Amino acid sequence: MTHQILVTGNAAAAWGARLSSVDYIPAFPITPQTEIIETLSGWINNGEMDSHLTMYESEHSMITAAGSAATAGVRVFTATSSQGLMYGMEMIFAIPGWRVPFVLVNVSRGLASPITLECDHNDILAARDSGCIQIHCSTCQEILDSVIIGYKISEHIKIRLPVIVNLDGFYLSFTREPVEIPEQHKVIQYLGEYNPMNDIYSASAPQARGLIVLVGSQYSYFRYQAHLANLKALDVYKEAAEEFTLQFGRNYSVIESYKIDDAEYCFIMVGSFSTKAKSAADLLRSEGWRIGLIRPRLIRPFPSEELRILLSGIKGAAVIDQNISFGKGGILYTEITSALYGADGNYPVTGSFIGGLGGRDITIDEFIVIAGEMREYVQKGKQPDTRLLFTEDELQQIKKIQLIAGTENS
Amino acid sequence: MSEGLIKNIKDLAGEHNLASGTSICAGCGALETVKLFCDILGKNTVFVNAAGCMTLLAIYPFTPFSGSWLYTAMASASAGAQGIRDALDILIKKGRLSAAEDLKVIVLTGDGSAYGMGLSATSAAIDRCLDFYYLCYNNEGYGNTGHQDSAATPYGARTATSSSGAGFIGRKKDLFSIWAAHKPAYLATVIAAEPMDFARKVETAMKIKGPKMFISLAPCPTGWHYEPHQTVSIGKLAVQTGIWPLKEYKDGKVTHTKVIKEKLPVEEYLKLQGRFEHLFTPEKNLVLINEIQSSVDQYWIDI
Repeated sequence: MTHQILVTGNAAAAWGARLSSVDYIPAFPITPQTEIIETLSGWINNGEMDSHLTMYESEHSMITAAGSAATAGVRVFTATSSQGLMYGMEMIFAIPGWRVPFVLVNVSRGLASPITLECDHNDILAARDSGCIQIHCSTCQEILDSVIIGYKISEHIKIRLPVIVNLDGFYLSFTREPVEIPEQHKVIQYLGEYNPMNDIYSASAPQARGLIVLVGSQYSYFRYQAHLANLKALDVYKEAAEEFTLQFGRNYSVIESYKIDDAEYCFIMVGSFSTKAKSAADLLRSEGWRIGLIRPRLIRPFPSEELRILLSGIKGAAVIDQNISFGKGGILYTEITSALYGADGNYPVTGSFIGGLGGRDITIDEFIVIAGEMREYVQKGKQPDTRLLFTEDELQQIKKIQLIAGTENS
Repeated sequence: MSEGLIKNIKDLAGEHNLASGTSICAGCGALETVKLFCDILGKNTVFVNAAGCMTLLAIYPFTPFSGSWLYTAMASASAGAQGIRDALDILIKKGRLSAAEDLKVIVLTGDGSAYGMGLSATSAAIDRCLDFYYLCYNNEGYGNTGHQDSAATPYGARTATSSSGAGFIGRKKDLFSIWAAHKPAYLATVIAAEPMDFARKVETAMKIKGPKMFISLAPCPTGWHYEPHQTVSIGKLAVQTGIWPLKEYKDGKVTHTKVIKEKLPVEEYLKLQGRFEHLFTPEKNLVLINEIQSSVDQYWIDI
């Protein structure tokens, strides 16, 4: 029977893997992900889960093994975070070319340097161009459900690419929320028994995988095939999400929109802080604003068309990036504006705000300031410059610390 | 070892599991190694490859292997092998693959990966008692990129990055001892120029479960600068001079499988190779030659 329990985001990810009946879990610990593999290991050790977990000595090895095991015909789950994703990045880029399915959960954490344990999205967005599909979550329920939907997409005959399900370190990984645990047999019914298709090695049917090509035209062809498969995942995602809604009742469109129908203004962001954007929108609406939230769940493939539909007619959109591309600015902002540029239609003035780096909070007050600034720019009819969400108080604190460190003169 | 099927050199001519016509250099000692390994091991194999010269064996859409192949990356072939071994075991256990379809999993790497970048992943695979074969073809340098020095380059050899003076000033890493310290199920040095010793060792390994490690000295005409037809004779000289000791580690003990009573002087081996030419011209560098000779002598005194 379906039941609701109070679990962390990490445990929700583990439940997603368990309910999907994964065969194999290559693992390596890293904060704030470790709880996922410990939870799975616990279930395997006490016989609640029929799966095999192997501890690797690095994420590079772990992700290699996730891919190689997938070429050998088993359903694979793995998880990492931050530096781990970066350490395995060679394979994150290599394995989509093998065209094999698996789900990797990334628990977002800011990248060194300076080293931190807290959340931002530079880790997952570094994998943006890898070929892996990316689903970004904002609640614990969504994490569990996205792992299941992830397998449905990843294993689809037209896709065969790894899916990365992203959740925010600490804000989701260690936050308990009520989560409905679907029944195992219904999940299996939804996913079907694992079908390895051509991904199997056997004595009677040998195969060669991951071969070198020495000709640019062959390379171009296979690379573009992976691109087309990734694009195709938009439609496959929609089908998978619809079927999920029929089976389990919860609805996951490629972009979540909140109070957007009559909106003049909106926040655009991914991840758990978007739930704060909803609260801010509610507060602003009580003061007469027509404002909402747009939250892309898919970052790869990027839902450009769906975004254009939602943004059409909106006057001002504030893109809040919990990441920073040094020398350019917010990554999501670049993605959003490139989807709008040159498109026919009436699109908003878009502002770029960088916030929440390394787990720094984004306060409701800041959302309200952002909305106010967007209104000014809409009135002026020009795009604002990129802004970092950072207060005068914070700056004073930094200066004090720098005095202690002796790195800055007062 | 005498209970094996391979009793004399003619027995090696029976089965051929590696097709000819690959793009590998003429006289390649690594290709000799891989061919011999494939022929003895049989067809039911999956080779997991790390970046190196042998990556060019399988170029899309061709593969010379009778069995399967997966190219991974330079650092993580051993992890790739673990993933495949685990997957095969899971499939057999869950009844999704018949045991008759099972495969031997072999990591195929050069010394660049084995002695350097791949060492961590391989060490961990031995720690986990992975049931696999590991074949390092050791051509003593980063061969595929034009022979720069690696951790397997011998003292005094000139390479593309040690191209002047006394050549490479580092000491070749003792990978055999490093692996032996992990207590693998089986470990051996081999060379294709001594095929009977090679074959017996592979046969021995085939009866053992766990990590089965091989380091094969692979003479390299393009990196060592000699004519391709000399590969076998140079390989034999590596053994006869005592420079490449043939040995195995089993049940916690190291045994030398070919002890040369009257070792030839190392000069006989060195002088055939362009990478050591500076030891002989414009005048003989007796200091360096003697240094190499005495390190070889010391090895055989110490064992």
